[in-house]
Amino acid sequence: MTNVVGMITTQESPSIALQGVVKGYGAVRAVKGVDLVIEPGETIALLGPNGAGKTTTLDMALGLVRPDAGSVELFGMPPAKAIAKGLVGGMLQTGVPLDYLRVRELVEVMASLYPKPRPVDDILELTGCDAFQNQMTTGLSGGQAQRVRFAAALVGDPDLLVLDEPTAAIDVEGRREFWRAMRAVVEERKTVVFATHYLEEADSYADRVVLMANGMIVADGTPSQIKSKVGTKTIRATLPEGDLAELMGFAGVLKAERHGPTIVLSCSDSDQALYQLLSRFPGLTDIEVTGGSLEEAFVELTSEEGV
Amino acid sequence: MGGRYVKAELQRTLRNRRFVIFSFIFPLILYIAFTSPDRHDKIGGVPFPLYYMIAMASFGALIAAVSIGPRISTERQQGWTRQMRLTPLPTWYYFVAKILAGYMIACLTLVVLYLAGLAYGVQLSGSHWLVMTGLFLVGLFPFTLIGVMIGHLLKPDTLGPVTGGVATVFLLIGGGFGNLAGTGFVHKLFELAPSYWLIRAGAVSLGGSPWTPEGWIVVVVWSLAFAMLARVVYRRDTARQ
Repeated sequence: MTNVVGMITTQESPSIALQGVVKGYGAVRAVKGVDLVIEPGETIALLGPNGAGKTTTLDMALGLVRPDAGSVELFGMPPAKAIAKGLVGGMLQTGVPLDYLRVRELVEVMASLYPKPRPVDDILELTGCDAFQNQMTTGLSGGQAQRVRFAAALVGDPDLLVLDEPTAAIDVEGRREFWRAMRAVVEERKTVVFATHYLEEADSYADRVVLMANGMIVADGTPSQIKSKVGTKTIRATLPEGDLAELMGFAGVLKAERHGPTIVLSCSDSDQALYQLLSRFPGLTDIEVTGGSLEEAFVELTSEEGV
Repeated sequence: MGGRYVKAELQRTLRNRRFVIFSFIFPLILYIAFTSPDRHDKIGGVPFPLYYMIAMASFGALIAAVSIGPRISTERQQGWTRQMRLTPLPTWYYFVAKILAGYMIACLTLVVLYLAGLAYGVQLSGSHWLVMTGLFLVGLFPFTLIGVMIGHLLKPDTLGPVTGGVATVFLLIGGGFGNLAGTGFVHKLFELAPSYWLIRAGAVSLGGSPWTPEGWIVVVVWSLAFAMLARVVYRRDTARQ
């Protein structure tokens, strides 16, 4: 899918180019053929439920996992080469900070491995690690450890930053703070890829959302495009008469079903659908509008793809 | 580039005080226990205090070298190894840092045992001390590679008994608890163990070179073999993911 930022920067090699990558673990096919091109400067959310293949896809992009088939390039070169040049930084799901080191020392060590690191003091401050920089990594709380891992990923000033569910373990307020720091540190021209299973997080912080389910990309677009796909709402009401075909014709209705006297409408725009429904059938009773869960939406999308 | 990393690795090792203390405390206790009653005897022409000084230093050094395994294994399990693989640090540098940390602890044990040896009347010329230490450090190398290998082969919870077992068996057949097999065929067999030559470094007191060409071959062959095995195990370990 084309995107605005991608069109502006056509000279550079894509930050990530995955072509037909497949990975299985025994009988389980974790990733079933993913094509994905991410251009420099994009902030991309890899959105999907647990088990969608997000982590495996990111691991393959980073060269941590070898795909069974397909090709992977970072900045037009093999992942190992891009990593050796210090172009990549990552915050993986696991990664307990090294013990017997102070927070500051750990960040210094990480900085020393990169060719053009950011000043350690700046990073400690921006990630909120400065308050406990002289503590040993062993005694940190979960939230503090998260910040340390974030600082460790950022300090090398990489062109591509990969974050695998960076906010999984923290509350909503912590999540906002994390992204505030993220905005403050990461410049516009950098590429950021993050995996998440929060639609809201993808919507707020990404300029492109790639939706994964069952090891495949099921949608790829702007947050609003994705929201209109997965943000479906369901209208339930009692309506003994009324023809399903007519209901299907209403604007905002994606699917109509009938269970006895009850009609169930899946809607991309439940407000629009409801206005029409009420004006056409004033006798409508027991109206119920519910937001579909992300998981339901994924199931819907994957079944549309014919899998 | 990796200098700061190696320094941090050494710092971390030294800060793990229990690890440091236990690395030399048991060899020291055993040394005192073995040497006190028989300090005027000889083994294979080497005076008892000197023989056990180097044998017990080998004991501590072997454990320090093989303990590289649990350290790698723990970092692997905690996911830090994957984190390091995203940085420009070459993989071999990671192992160099671990091996140097192992050597640092081994040297500490060596110093403690040398001091104990001096207390028991070990007398060597300056050049003999140097040759002995040099050979000791060379002889230790294959064991650091064993550490790297098992660090990628096993999980931390199985590594306790394995490291203890590996170190003890090698120490035993190397003559760390006294010469087991006299001079016969079994002794010839034991001479094929790298730990035999580690302890043999103490034969410097007999004059001439303590290592025969055979000794060099044994140490080099074991080093190459374990380097290759460690490489295979590392490859398999990272490819499986």
